Amino acid sequence: MKLLGRLGWDALPLDQPIPMIASATVAAAILAVLAWVVIRGRFPYLWREWLTSVDHKRIGVMYTLLAMVMLLRGFSDALMMRSQQAIALHSQGYMPPEHYDQVFSAHGTIMIFFVAMPFLIGLMNFVLPLQLGVRDVAFPTLNSVSFWLTATGALLVNLSLGIGEFARTGWLPYPPLSELKYSPGVGVDYYLWSLQISGIGTLLTGINFTTTILKLRAPGMTYLRMPMFCWTSLASSLLIIAAFPILTATLAMLILDRYLGFHFFTNEAGGNVMMFVNLIWAWGHPEVYILILPAFGIFSEVVSTFSGKPLFGYRSMVIATMAICVLSFMVWLHHFFTMGAGADVNAVFGVMSMIIAVPTGVKVFNWLFTMYGGRIRFETPILWAIGFMVTFVIGGMTGVLLAAPPADFVLHNSLFLVAHFHNVIIGGVLFGAFAGYEYWFPKAFGFRLHRGLGKAAFWCWFVGFYLAFTPLYVLGLEGMTRRMQHYDVPAWRPWLLVAAVGAAVILAGIVCQIAELAVSIARRETLRDVTGDPWDGRTLEWSTASPPPAFNFAILPKVRGRDAYWAAKHGAQEQQAPSSEPAYEALETPRNSATGFVCAFFATLMGFALIWHIWWLALAGLAGAWATFVVFAWRDRVENLISAADVATIDRENRRARLEPLAARTS
Amino acid sequence: MSAYAIDSDRIGEEALESPSAARSAGGPASKRVYVGYGFWIFILSDMVMFSAFFAAYAVLAEARAGGPGGRQLFDLTNVAWETGCLLVSSFACGMASLAAASRNALWFQVAMAVTFVLGAAFLGLELSEFAGLTAQGDGPQRSAFLSAFFTLVGCHGLHITAGLLWLLTMMAQVVAKGFRADILRRILCFTLFWHALDIIWVAIFTVVYLMEKTP
Repeated sequence: MKLLGRLGWDALPLDQPIPMIASATVAAAILAVLAWVVIRGRFPYLWREWLTSVDHKRIGVMYTLLAMVMLLRGFSDALMMRSQQAIALHSQGYMPPEHYDQVFSAHGTIMIFFVAMPFLIGLMNFVLPLQLGVRDVAFPTLNSVSFWLTATGALLVNLSLGIGEFARTGWLPYPPLSELKYSPGVGVDYYLWSLQISGIGTLLTGINFTTTILKLRAPGMTYLRMPMFCWTSLASSLLIIAAFPILTATLAMLILDRYLGFHFFTNEAGGNVMMFVNLIWAWGHPEVYILILPAFGIFSEVVSTFSGKPLFGYRSMVIATMAICVLSFMVWLHHFFTMGAGADVNAVFGVMSMIIAVPTGVKVFNWLFTMYGGRIRFETPILWAIGFMVTFVIGGMTGVLLAAPPADFVLHNSLFLVAHFHNVIIGGVLFGAFAGYEYWFPKAFGFRLHRGLGKAAFWCWFVGFYLAFTPLYVLGLEGMTRRMQHYDVPAWRPWLLVAAVGAAVILAGIVCQIAELAVSIARRETLRDVTGDPWDGRTLEWSTASPPPAFNFAILPKVRGRDAYWAAKHGAQEQQAPSSEPAYEALETPRNSATGFVCAFFATLMGFALIWHIWWLALAGLAGAWATFVVFAWRDRVENLISAADVATIDRENRRARLEPLAARTS
Repeated sequence: MSAYAIDSDRIGEEALESPSAARSAGGPASKRVYVGYGFWIFILSDMVMFSAFFAAYAVLAEARAGGPGGRQLFDLTNVAWETGCLLVSSFACGMASLAAASRNALWFQVAMAVTFVLGAAFLGLELSEFAGLTAQGDGPQRSAFLSAFFTLVGCHGLHITAGLLWLLTMMAQVVAKGFRADILRRILCFTLFWHALDIIWVAIFTVVYLMEKTP
């Protein structure tokens, strides 16, 4: 037995310049950041205030940051693919097939699991307790564990860049290609363990949010008074609870096949390949809605706020959300009509897939009617929302097209499909995440983002998206399949060049976003928002200070209707007499805990060891993670007490900032 | 009066005015309530995971690759003993939660110890069954059917193992910390977990062992 399992010097890609340069750059960047932190003496601050924080707002910010960093990684992969296909006519391009296959696999895996998921979970983390009018999520330390396990998964995926290789199987590792016989390297193992570990984090998040929404709400916050974002987050969390265990089980079966010679999905001994495809999509289709539903919620908030109107058709929106939540489990087979399940089965799933467009259509009309007759302020968030409505409707229509089995038989596995799902994921999920980022940024940090650069970023993304993906529809109709490393059809070339230009325009959008953040931080004093309510908001998160105090609300708000803060604001204005100062009480906030960070450290060790067959280290990692929880269970002080006087001091400042403009208006 | 005076959106409200909701005037639930609630949801998600393994078992039950099926392999006497151990351990676990409710540390420890011994006996019986099958060449590598069998039953066994570790931790916690509120909440969660494993076992007993054995 080798002490380091399969790990050796040959794991480093010394003979391949592209991954070598990429991983060296990433490593240098990480080292530079670490060096800066240590030299400036910021590490104690970072440890105390962020790494061990169990505050849902801090965790939300860290999730979002992780997503944005991983977006850069995933987008680099996208640029490589677009440039490879732009030049690979009658030639091998600059990436050999085994490298190109890793790039598209990593791109999909990263964008779904480590960009879209953490971005939306980060926003939910930050916003949910504020909108519900409570002080934190149900299980704050568990929340931190979830985040750090997600970060572990991201770390393992990135390690594969420099140590070993990543999967070459696509973002869903279909067997038998992903079995040991055809993928003997560590690539698939990197995929499996990073998703198993981060999947546990996602499941715990789903449990945490569901409990928070169903059991922790401010007094009077009935289900039908909850902001729409809370509803869609609830639906999304329920889907996580029902779907992610299927992913865990499916990947566990593949792991058993690869590590212990089981026969779930092998060609031999009775294994059933199509069972994998069925199981993975029984998770995979709900996953699509796990991503899009919170984005729908963000658009609902944004459209309502910037139109200055309550959301049109609130109840139909709730019903549509929950209908999508249920229907999303009944359409998974449309991902593989070509399996040959027969005309009847395909017809049922085709019809179900088309039915799911109905509640989605209800939502689009609701947003339109919310805007109709409103006094719309064209700030950056609503640009993303309007861009979404246009783009998503197109993506939805091509989706209905693909839901017809006969059409799907022609278009299956073609670039038409690739164009369709980018159309809904970029135009829906990512635009939603960006809208939420622009919308809640002032709440998180107390200053707005730079308006001009934000709008420039939007237009680059919007135009770049159409340039990059409309050609793919055409290419799909012309018969170009997905994942081609090179091709011999000259007629495809012009379209691929246009798509590459589109990717470059999106790059310009990303540059604008980075500049937006940098410029906004530099000019934060001029962009400062002292009121805590920069957008004239309607829901409870805008009733507290920006950034909110650790305990969110000095006094839990009493909710008497929908758009609770709007009602409170305008009630106070009409009566011209702001309610008198409340009686403050001492309150408790959860104490920081290193549990999440330490647990993730051991999980990283364990995952890495399992990938490289270093069995002693895997056991040590597991034991360490268990010990971490026992130590956590043994602590005696779990909460910090904030005295009534401190609460009063913090809250008076907030009330003063809010009442001054009110007094100015009424006098 | 604002437009919100007439409110028809009362679903889910522990109403502000209603006398039945003296608990917290409709605000956040107490910690004991939501900790148990959250753990229930975890158990549900765990059952979803088991259902995926059940589905895989159902799909692969006939995929024996020329190897033996359950009728030749399973010994119902052994399974009956396993079932007995697990069900009685669940009874003991129930006694432990009653002891905790009346703050009787001695009876709590006794009942937990009985739970542990019976759980460990179950695990021992299962492992001996697994070892026997593997030794006669009918391990999980033999056929897809056996892969699914070992995974489904073994996953339950892993849960029992984790439960036993948790059980010992709870015994130690009660010794070290007494029946503190947070310890009582953890005991509640543990008992939920242990009983849920019984439910899963009943399903395994039925689907895997009985349905294979009955013609």
